[in-house]
Amino acid sequence: MKTHEVVIQPGRSERHYWRDLWRNRELLYILSMRDVTVRYKQTALGTAWGLIRPLTTMLIMVFVFSKIAKLPPDPGIPYPLMVLGGITVWTFFSTAFTQISNSVTLNSNLVTKVYFPRLIMPLSSIAISLVDFLVSLGLFILLAIWYQFIPDWHLLLLPAFILLALLASFAFGLFFAAVNVRFRDIAQLIPFIVQVGFYICPIAYSSRLVADKASEWWAPLYWANPMVGIIDGFRWSLLGEKAYFNPQSLLISVSIVLVCLALSLYFFRKRENTFVDDI
Amino acid sequence: MSVITVENISKQYIIDHKKGKGVNTLRDVISENFRSIFGNKKDQTTITHEEFWALRDVNFSIEQGDRVGIIGHNGAGKSTMLKILSKIIQPTTGTVRIRGRVASLLEVGTGFHPELTGRENIFLNGSLLGMSRTEIKKQFDEIVAFAGVEKFLDTPVKRYSSGMYVRLGFAISAHLDPEIMIVDEVLAVGDAEFQKKSLGKMRDNSASGRTIIFVSHNLTAVQALCNKTLYFEKGRLIEQGETNQVVASYLSKVSKTRLVRQWDTPKEAPGNDLVRIRRIELIPDYVDDLTHIDVRTSMKFRFEFWNMMERANLNLSLHLNSLTGECIFNIGTQSQPYGKGLIAGECTIPGYFLNDGSYTISMMIVKDTVTPVFVMEEGITFDVEDYREGIAWYGKWPGYVRPQFPFHIKMLEPVVSEQ
Repeated sequence: MKTHEVVIQPGRSERHYWRDLWRNRELLYILSMRDVTVRYKQTALGTAWGLIRPLTTMLIMVFVFSKIAKLPPDPGIPYPLMVLGGITVWTFFSTAFTQISNSVTLNSNLVTKVYFPRLIMPLSSIAISLVDFLVSLGLFILLAIWYQFIPDWHLLLLPAFILLALLASFAFGLFFAAVNVRFRDIAQLIPFIVQVGFYICPIAYSSRLVADKASEWWAPLYWANPMVGIIDGFRWSLLGEKAYFNPQSLLISVSIVLVCLALSLYFFRKRENTFVDDI
Repeated sequence: MSVITVENISKQYIIDHKKGKGVNTLRDVISENFRSIFGNKKDQTTITHEEFWALRDVNFSIEQGDRVGIIGHNGAGKSTMLKILSKIIQPTTGTVRIRGRVASLLEVGTGFHPELTGRENIFLNGSLLGMSRTEIKKQFDEIVAFAGVEKFLDTPVKRYSSGMYVRLGFAISAHLDPEIMIVDEVLAVGDAEFQKKSLGKMRDNSASGRTIIFVSHNLTAVQALCNKTLYFEKGRLIEQGETNQVVASYLSKVSKTRLVRQWDTPKEAPGNDLVRIRRIELIPDYVDDLTHIDVRTSMKFRFEFWNMMERANLNLSLHLNSLTGECIFNIGTQSQPYGKGLIAGECTIPGYFLNDGSYTISMMIVKDTVTPVFVMEEGITFDVEDYREGIAWYGKWPGYVRPQFPFHIKMLEPVVSEQ
């Protein structure tokens, strides 16, 4: 049997880090299962909560923005369907982002007691949001059937947008997860970011309304938000050509997400060896 | 063949002393940086950095199949050493080389989630310790039988008794199959019988060539399990070698009688923001003008401490431990409400009770009967000398205590010799 030698030195990160990560894939699976199981233990409604939350948010949005504020939907698309599409992908992104940001501090009991590639923690924390996402996607399908809405070939691109939303949550969450270890301010900041994001992203309204106001000074700022392209694209692939989608905004999204992902990964890897000293 | 070599390992911590709360907040750092940008040196005195070396220039190597004990006082660096070997913390300087698969048990039931069932937790804990799912499945029945929790497999562990919890945790780790096993005090929990079983299981494992590193306060356990021992003091490895030899020299160094400890100002006294110890003292009632304590001597344990809490229900818990780490007894007082101020009390340990040996007294101040506010470890250290009267036998008197319970002996009927 081949025994490889492990060398522990200051500042030396594991040379076989990625291989180690792959070896620990079972741990990743088990920690993911733990999060999902624990979440719905001792809840009477169980996974139904994954339905109730987006459904009530949608109803409130419909009431406030469509009935009271009279925001117009994209032409030819029922307003509730447009809102639910936005809520589905936004909730997915924001829960994943929140879970990832808190993943290291929530697992501090493990950080101080066992070694494993620390990336396992943010990775495993995605599971919950994936489960919730699948449930609320089911809700969307039901609503689409109700409105007798038939999707077209755009649907084939849906997985790409889901992946992009996931990468975005990972890119931003990973950075906050590492900072959170030292500065617990982050835990306070995250709900705030999510709340602000909900209104500056095209969830209750369509980006078409912004495109009509291209001359306004804040319009470029709006398009610089990487989530705009992702949410519009997600809705476009679900609802087809009638939904507003500006491919340029997708380009912005992809580049920002990839750059942030690389930086976050670098930062996280750099910090993870000292997590235990700061936690 | 050396499986572990440790060269020049040091671990430094920087301790920030500052007024106010201990947790770093973003604001502190931002304002601190602002101050340095604008060169405002006035406030900088509020923050001082203190270097603390948890380990200093440690060198040793461990051969395959060795069972190595690590002993030393609290804060000697034992746990830091284990965490470096387990890859949990990084050393500040030095190199460690490890050949072989390592399993570290720094805690019983690492990662156990109270909401999950026993079955789910076996898989969770097992994979955290480095077992694959197939390995766990293969050993599953054996683990369950070893822990004796068959009936409660599908019960969340939050409903387990603490004994069951510990047994399950240990059973999983006992079924690991690493080449090097690192164990931290996990045997200090659980009942005596289970400890014996676990020690036995660990020893069986090492017969098959496994290397074991074992940290403990309990010298008896170290002597029973380990053939070599490392003795740490204040971050330095000061002695290593055969267990009996190292343990003997440890005992000779630590067995120093210390009957009084006093701190005059709350600032320097041990404690925290809630309570601070002012004085602890053991006052022996020496027999026959002697100047040492022997088995006949009764003693008063006196203590004074400052209570800084406005109104708190406090009670005291005293642990009398042998120098080898076994608890001889633990006594507690009733919980009572106290206001802010200096509180004093005493407790009498009768004569003709302790066997000869070296003992330490630790004092714990507990709030609302459950929350330990402060633990004063090994505050008092003392030796009890032997004393015998009318006995011509001088072997070591067995047992932890040597009480004199009344005997009543009489002859029921004489044997009448027939002549």
